[in-house]
Amino acid sequence: MKVKMLSRNPDNYVRETKLDLQRVPRNYDPTLHPFEVPREYVRALNATKLERVFAKPFLASLDGHRDGVNCLAKHPKNLATVLSGACDGEVRIWNLTQRNCIRTIQAHEGFVRGICTRFCGTSFFTVGDDKTVKQWKMDGPGYGEEEEPLHTILGKTVYTGIDHHWKEAVFATCGQQVDIWDEQRTNPICSMTWGFDSISSVKFNPVETFLLGSCASDRNIVLYDMRQATPLKKVILDMRTNTICWNPMEAFIFTAANEDYNLYTFDMRALDTPVMVHMDHVSAVLDVDYSPTGKEFVSASFDKSIRIFPVDKSRSREVYHTKRMQHVICVKWTSDSKYIMCGSDEMNIRLWKANASEKLGVLTSREKAAKDYNQKLKEKFQHYPHIKRIARHRHLPKSIYSQIQEQRIMKEARRRKEVNRIKHSKPGSVPIVSEKKKHIVAVVK
Amino acid sequence: METAPKPGRDVPPKKDKLQTKRKKPRRYWEEETVPTRDGASPGPPCNKKNRELRPQRRKNAHILKKSRISKKPQVPKKPREWKNPESQRSLSGAQDPFPGPAPVSVEVVQKFCRIDKSRKLPRSKAKTRSRLEVAEAEEEETSIKAARSELLLAEEPGFLEGEDGEDTAKICQADIVEAVDIASAAKHFDLNLRQFGPYRLNYSRTGRHLAFGGRRGHVAALDWVTKKLMCEINVMEAVRDIRFLHSEALLAVAQNRWLHIYDNQGIELHCIRRCDRVTRLEFLPFHFLLATASETGFLTYLDVSVGKIVAALNARAGRLDVMSQNPYNAVIHLGHSNGTVSLWSPAMKEPLAKILCHRGGVRAVAVDSTGTYMATSGLDHQLKIFDLRGTYQPLSTRTLPHGAGHLAFSQRGLLVAGMGDVVNIWAGQGKASPPSLEQPYLTHRLSGPVHGLQFCPFEDVLGVGHSGGITSMLVPGAGEPNFDGLESNPYRSRKQRQEWEVKALLEKVPAELICLDPRALAKVDVISLEQGKKERIERLGYDPEAKSPFQPKPKQKGRSSTASLVKRKRKVMDEEHRVDEYWDGLGLPQATPSCLCLCPCQPATSHCPCVLPLSGPQDKVRQSLQQQQQQQQQQQQHKEVKAKSTGARPSALDRFVH
Repeated sequence: MKVKMLSRNPDNYVRETKLDLQRVPRNYDPTLHPFEVPREYVRALNATKLERVFAKPFLASLDGHRDGVNCLAKHPKNLATVLSGACDGEVRIWNLTQRNCIRTIQAHEGFVRGICTRFCGTSFFTVGDDKTVKQWKMDGPGYGEEEEPLHTILGKTVYTGIDHHWKEAVFATCGQQVDIWDEQRTNPICSMTWGFDSISSVKFNPVETFLLGSCASDRNIVLYDMRQATPLKKVILDMRTNTICWNPMEAFIFTAANEDYNLYTFDMRALDTPVMVHMDHVSAVLDVDYSPTGKEFVSASFDKSIRIFPVDKSRSREVYHTKRMQHVICVKWTSDSKYIMCGSDEMNIRLWKANASEKLGVLTSREKAAKDYNQKLKEKFQHYPHIKRIARHRHLPKSIYSQIQEQRIMKEARRRKEVNRIKHSKPGSVPIVSEKKKHIVAVVK
Repeated sequence: METAPKPGRDVPPKKDKLQTKRKKPRRYWEEETVPTRDGASPGPPCNKKNRELRPQRRKNAHILKKSRISKKPQVPKKPREWKNPESQRSLSGAQDPFPGPAPVSVEVVQKFCRIDKSRKLPRSKAKTRSRLEVAEAEEEETSIKAARSELLLAEEPGFLEGEDGEDTAKICQADIVEAVDIASAAKHFDLNLRQFGPYRLNYSRTGRHLAFGGRRGHVAALDWVTKKLMCEINVMEAVRDIRFLHSEALLAVAQNRWLHIYDNQGIELHCIRRCDRVTRLEFLPFHFLLATASETGFLTYLDVSVGKIVAALNARAGRLDVMSQNPYNAVIHLGHSNGTVSLWSPAMKEPLAKILCHRGGVRAVAVDSTGTYMATSGLDHQLKIFDLRGTYQPLSTRTLPHGAGHLAFSQRGLLVAGMGDVVNIWAGQGKASPPSLEQPYLTHRLSGPVHGLQFCPFEDVLGVGHSGGITSMLVPGAGEPNFDGLESNPYRSRKQRQEWEVKALLEKVPAELICLDPRALAKVDVISLEQGKKERIERLGYDPEAKSPFQPKPKQKGRSSTASLVKRKRKVMDEEHRVDEYWDGLGLPQATPSCLCLCPCQPATSHCPCVLPLSGPQDKVRQSLQQQQQQQQQQQQHKEVKAKSTGARPSALDRFVH
């Protein structure tokens, strides 16, 4: 007879002293871990609930401006520094870690229309209603010195926006035409126009650095190549576009913030159909900025909220609002992809987390592992109806909520009419136009 | 059984040739062989060397990345170092005798694999398909990793082998006790409790604690390893059954009238009057449900975490006194006096399935830990083993002289039957095979008729309650040798238990999710998906996902004649037709892009878990159930129609009723 009994030595399973860690032997045999799927589902449900519990995105409000904040700019080299221009011509430089203003400049008379930093971070440019372009040093003046711009260019017309080239000492302004300037000269290298209307913003492409995009108030978006004397092509939409923003990762993709409450992501190679129509806002979209990852962007709207959209989704992932925040005019996603800043009518700049439930500060390795595991679970079970409902739920102010309901009814009525029209006419005589194509009027080359 | 990994056993010789061809980049600690380098100063490595290193490294990374996406990665994955074991040298110059990761056998990998690779991927868009492929490759990788971790398991299962020709059934407990070590021998004991007999008993989930209750009211709980008594009381009432709840701190006792819950000091915490005349208890540890079968014929589920009755199901089969749970899917099996075994879930008022097992009543039911086999014994003196996977047919049958009154499975698939005062144990080939009823593995005679049986989890011990008390028998090879410390740890401390309790409560599985296939939640609910699609098309008035018919583009002048246009059109049509036929021939469901997101059955309303394609028995059961319901509805409708037609004179308005 040969016999062996299962006989464990407790010393192998129990810790020796109280200072030791407990021993946890693992066996991954599936029969010892029954109900794998239901248990993971419950864990995912709990993780989703906790995410909503911990969603506290608002971090700080920077006050000090004495008029509405009209434009924001990031420092290219320093995460903590932010520049803002107000409607009374004041420019302020903020330190985000200390959450205070470190410098104040009375830059213009009237609005500061645009502000941008030089790619090296040593100086910045502002344009204002007083028809000037000014270059300022990033560092404050020494003791006893006066606050003065490095250069001032007096123009003939009002400039409404400015953007700096990402690699060279060139910047572009817009107003009645798009002007490309060399930093050393007082006259533009070239001026480009297409039609006769005021251009509200101009943006350089961060990857293909010679490309520019601008949007004008005659409802079109115009693309330019700096190396050519004439514009490349333009697309005309139903309503006016307020700003565009280029995707920092995909050179040919840009997103336009439109007056018709939507945002349109375009592929510049095929402008006749937008890649995606992003709709959730209930009022004109005023500003848009991409996250440095190029996967998401944030939009600021006249409906007193900001929303975060994934690039490939038509609905927003997140909406931020507070009781005190009024019409949001400008928004920026910080370069570390973790925070969002928005400047609004009621003179404040607000700082938000990009990921509402993220824990700030250093995570221990166990915390990090738990976070990753929960993230994966949420991803895995995101389409289950119960989990989806919890993950999607957001509290909205009554004004926005009722507006959404109203617009849903309007949209439904329009759709019903369309369906009826199709039903009662000769098959094929009423074309079915997709939502994407509906808003594009024409593409001109 | 694992053996020590042998070097290069799994490496085909072909690989070696390749290895000699490709040179490994030289490291700075390796000997310099190029004579021109000898004179060079032993400073930091120069740029040229770095340049040599880099492209190769990047190339390798690329290969690795690609292989993750590839549909069928090699089973034993070999990182770079694995490729040329000759040049693998440590600082001391000694060679690693077992270079690279340990080889894993395909069978072990199969055990951890959760996807069915025999099924082809559904026809879908390229993007969806590639994502599915990536997911599948990841799944495979994790199963390989899990299989590799088997090497770390510390314990080996026990065994008992007779020398040539010796029958192991003839070996008595005294022989085993004599042969094994002292610690194991101490696990064999008899408690002589003739006064309050016959006893029911229950081990806690960790296998550390034992509770038993005698017919005449004696209830006790003890740590049976250290033989430390936790409590001992007399409830002054007949005890029908006893069961530990999720931990050893709580104890449910089915007494003559009501169900009582005691803590580990014998203090009565609850008296649950809604569960009266309970005969059998089962605890579902992951759902925190205590299932009670009563004399009144009700199967009641009590949620012990909140104290609510989740479901009270009328089995409509008279007194219930045969019950067991399927540990794989938490379905309760009830044996009835008409020879059927019915399968119950709290989510449904009707049984999930009914199996006719015996002529005459069912005396005992047991289900093994993998949920594959069910053993039943009936008044017809037969012992049958059923396959629960596909057919619900008996795999093997054996007639016993007196029939078995009690059955139990061990963690490693041993089956024990209590027949009068004799206990017989049968063993199979391994964990996944059914016990063969030809020859018993062990037998033992007790001092009184058996009243309760249970194998101790994670130990080679069988507890038998009989009219003479409690006997703890040694059954080598019964228990799972390696426990998982986070699931049920026999050596856990108080703090660990408390932490585990919190976690277990947090991930309590809702009772509605109990169904025959516990993985049903992760499968695609094709029916509701197609229903949704249909509704959407109805709502929109057109199909948004429909492919627009092919319109040939106008070509250069002269090539765009009507005939050529028609020809091109037809060519495309034929192509599509051929592809369709191919897929139809495969008989696979067509995946829509939205199908990728595992569209689930709705958990809140999953009375009838989603019907899935290509899944086995559950479908048949469910289909038959649905058919039953439909038939009932039709019958009802017929009745109504009849009533109407007979009740009043037929009128012209009748046609507007329906």
